[in-house]
Amino acid sequence: MKILNIVENAYRATLEEQDDTVLWLSRALKGAGADLSVVLRGNAVNYAVPQACPELKLGTAAIKHPARPHEDLAKLRAKGANVYVVQEDLEDSGIGTERCVADAIPISRARLVDLLMEHDQVWHW
Amino acid sequence: MANHTLTLAIMDAPYEAAASTTAFRIIESALRKGVNVNVFAYEGAVSLTMKDQAPHANPVKGTSVEEEEHPTTKDLVAALIALGQASPKLTWVNCGLCVDERGAGHWIDGVKRGGPADFFKMASESGNTLVIPTR
Repeated sequence: MKILNIVENAYRATLEEQDDTVLWLSRALKGAGADLSVVLRGNAVNYAVPQACPELKLGTAAIKHPARPHEDLAKLRAKGANVYVVQEDLEDSGIGTERCVADAIPISRARLVDLLMEHDQVWHW
Repeated sequence: MANHTLTLAIMDAPYEAAASTTAFRIIESALRKGVNVNVFAYEGAVSLTMKDQAPHANPVKGTSVEEEEHPTTKDLVAALIALGQASPKLTWVNCGLCVDERGAGHWIDGVKRGGPADFFKMASESGNTLVIPTR
């Protein structure tokens, strides 16, 4: 079974979780044997841009291991998952593909239709 | 032969979004049509089944607990579990790591602890999977 995980909702509780929960789940599913690809769309295209997420300290409590989504994409690729990023959504956000990590493959909205058809289950997060 | 099993992944915490109620309605409709349903409660959705939920009076409306008759989400899930006890079957799995980080481990009967591998297995054995994420 081929699964396509479409990630649209970006930075949801990434500080509290120290992860993006769907990228985390994707890696866990891949580890469980899933044949899985990931598409970044909407605000989540920013995950393809290398970023330094600062630590947070509140009194004596600290978030010392903030989410590093672009590194998570690289780890997904290393596990054999294809990672795509919607070209038009990059452009809407003013992000050139030269700013994106090589692990994310730009894909047009038109090509996305083919990608949907190539997968047995499509999960839109 | 058609696969009469549907898997849902849900994420919203109780009383945050109409999506949770929509999920409950889909689950009930599927069960009533003889469809087996698997639920993977991810992130805040693990709190839907917390056993210590309690209804309250409504001081704004001036109604008592009894007059409100307001079921908590754990009551709604319990009713769905009762509906899906045998055939069709409702399997409800709470993400264990999500439970731990929320201290949400005290839940109603009929709920299991699991993880992404369980979600993958349920999805693999289903005709389709519906994801209802937090928005």
